[in-house]
Amino acid sequence: MQEFVIEAQLENLEKVNEFIQGILSDFQCSNRALMQLDLVVEEIFVNIASYAYPESTGLVKIQSEIKKDPLSITLTFIDTGLKYNPLANEDPDLTLSIEERQVGGLGIYLIKNMVDNISYDYSDGQNILTLTKNLN
Amino acid sequence: MEIKKNQNNDLLTIEVIGRLDAATAPHLEKELNASLNGIKELVFDFSQLEYIASAGLRVLLVAQKRMKKQGNMKIKNVSEEVKEVLDMTGFMNFLNIEE
Repeated sequence: MQEFVIEAQLENLEKVNEFIQGILSDFQCSNRALMQLDLVVEEIFVNIASYAYPESTGLVKIQSEIKKDPLSITLTFIDTGLKYNPLANEDPDLTLSIEERQVGGLGIYLIKNMVDNISYDYSDGQNILTLTKNLN
Repeated sequence: MEIKKNQNNDLLTIEVIGRLDAATAPHLEKELNASLNGIKELVFDFSQLEYIASAGLRVLLVAQKRMKKQGNMKIKNVSEEVKEVLDMTGFMNFLNIEE
């Protein structure tokens, strides 16, 4: 298991991406899977950076576990910010016309559709978001 | 992320190069706010756009809403990966994607 702790600030997104790419550099993944994983990681990290610590800043811990044959990655995002379950919101209505479409909810929706498994827990003051994605 | 603009009277073409993510999308938003006055035709060229996240989608949504009132917007040369994200979020329903 690999672990990475960083301040939940928007400007750290690139470092988070580098951490993920570093883990996967030894493995063969499709471009599509890598792009989708990048997207999932971004949406989760940006959510935490934007909302978890409104008064100040805080840390986010990212744990990763790789399984082979078939290749998959399990990522756990842990923060001690405001209690918040990103999975609890309703999906945006995708059938609305352009005038009615709102800007919110897209990030979570993309995450849910690009992972094979995702779950949320709150324990000891920690938001814990765990996801698994197949990488073939 | 790099933006290349080309204006011809009321036609504005914007080429977005690289990644449109939470860090770079505000830059595109700023460019659009500064450039869209009086534009009747907005064309995005995504041939060198490698990646789009929800922050980028939001900028596109706002641009489309605005252009619907003042003219036309279309997007050309969209890669398969970016198209998949647009499709998944229902954006294909209201964006004008030129094949």
